[in-house]
Amino acid sequence: MGPFVPEFISEQLNLIVALVLGLGFGFVLEQAGFSSSRKLAGVFYGYDFTVLRVFFTAAVTAMSGTILLGYFGLLDLEAIYINPTWLWPAVIGGVIMGVGFVLGGYCPGTSICAMAIGKVDAMFFVGGGIVGVFFFGELYPLYQTFYESSALGPITVFNSLGISAGLFALVLIVVAVGAFAVTTLIERKTSSTAPSISFKKLPHRIAGVSTIVLGMVLVALPNRKDHLIGTVSSPAYLAQNPVSMMEPDELAFRILDKEPNILIVDIRSAEDFKNLRLPGSNNIQTAGFFAKEQVPLFSQRHVKKVIVGATESDEQAACLLLHELGYENTAILKGAFPQIKATILDKAEYAPTGSRWDADVREFRATAHLEINKMILAEQNVVPKAPKAGKKIAGGC
Amino acid sequence: MEKKYMNPYLAGFFLGLVLLATIFVTGRGLGASGAIKSIVVATVDGVAPTHAESSPFYASYVGPGKESPLKAWLVFEVIGVLIGAFISGLISNRLKVVTEAGPKVKTRLRWLFAFGGGALFGIGAQFARGCTSGAALSGMAVLSTAGFVTMMAIFGTGYAVAWFLRKLWI
Repeated sequence: MGPFVPEFISEQLNLIVALVLGLGFGFVLEQAGFSSSRKLAGVFYGYDFTVLRVFFTAAVTAMSGTILLGYFGLLDLEAIYINPTWLWPAVIGGVIMGVGFVLGGYCPGTSICAMAIGKVDAMFFVGGGIVGVFFFGELYPLYQTFYESSALGPITVFNSLGISAGLFALVLIVVAVGAFAVTTLIERKTSSTAPSISFKKLPHRIAGVSTIVLGMVLVALPNRKDHLIGTVSSPAYLAQNPVSMMEPDELAFRILDKEPNILIVDIRSAEDFKNLRLPGSNNIQTAGFFAKEQVPLFSQRHVKKVIVGATESDEQAACLLLHELGYENTAILKGAFPQIKATILDKAEYAPTGSRWDADVREFRATAHLEINKMILAEQNVVPKAPKAGKKIAGGC
Repeated sequence: MEKKYMNPYLAGFFLGLVLLATIFVTGRGLGASGAIKSIVVATVDGVAPTHAESSPFYASYVGPGKESPLKAWLVFEVIGVLIGAFISGLISNRLKVVTEAGPKVKTRLRWLFAFGGGALFGIGAQFARGCTSGAALSGMAVLSTAGFVTMMAIFGTGYAVAWFLRKLWI
């Protein structure tokens, strides 16, 4: 599951990856004509809308791809870098850049492309950029307060608008395709040498319509997480898909035995977990099963994942979700947490069942009660390991 | 003979794929102005290290134990951009040392305005935490609010001031 940084791609290798991706970025920008300031400035005067076409097609492609990769579980959307929002600095910064765009005829990325093919004006633009950043850095204390103001964190636009990601994607696609059509008409009226004059109608119409269809598909896609959790929690699904169970006595035995090939996954709330838990158990709620950081934990095939929850049906749903996500070797605790609590953790009078093992079971439970409670106490005295501060992906300009 | 530019929608699609690959592999987006910032930070640190360490703007990037600001993801990406654009210019016969300007603009004036525009972009990109690529395009791809706000502010302002600066381009 992506992204592959930092687990699979080291910091050093990532720099090579950056070089290769940058190469593709620069090549495509130049092929699109972004190395020409007159072509870029055309978007503001109606004689050449290349910037709008390339920019919005790229945004729609990358956005739809990100949503689809997330839906199919190939990309962990919670692990990728979402540019955090500082609202007013973003507005003012954008306004300053807008003036710079019309004055200079480039933006930083395009100026670097143009510089590479020998445009002298682009070299001046890059030089100006260096001086601009230096100027900003030297006078930084003057506006530091503003620079750090209205920090809203990594918020997403669809949450800000209160709609689903898919619906927002459709709206953006419809606006983009509409803008492509309208600006093509404007461009043809404004200039007799406009690039759109050579466009073939049919392929462009097909592309426009298919993009809108893609947008509709994105709206119809349910949120994968909610959809999967909903499916596995429905009573009918639970009834049709029994899972293997582990008796509380067996789990207690394995805990006492300190068996290494067992992973106790406690899906109860963090608060319940904090109050009382089995020794060596991990608190991962069902919704957290999707995270990339759990992959190494769950994908160890030789380790039996034992789900412990507040009720058996919670446990079963969580276990079925693990199966849906492609993990195997699982079991749920019979009678859920309350039963192991009643028979082992709390000292309970053993009610004989008339079986010939009664004496053994009584003896085992008495030992288990003492030993496991000792282990629980010992664990409480250990300062809990701070959750590994996973290396967060850094990004942005 | 110069080759024609690629169809813009096709180019946009490919650009989107490069950006998507970047997000998929590295978990972050593309950028450009960040590399310019790295160059500035490294230069200031090289010329006046004490000044760099005492300034609140540079201090978070330099200092003992910190990697050189030039060993940054965006610096390598921008080196790639330079190479990629050069290869594209080479195969399309567009390598040429030339100044491009609007029909009524003299070369010197064009240089001055290009420099001024670059300076404004340098400043604006600091406030917005990124430029057209890093904040607007990459931000929009991951549906970040900042990406859309920055995009609208850049293009909205561009259209608002275009009429006043029309002599530069038409």
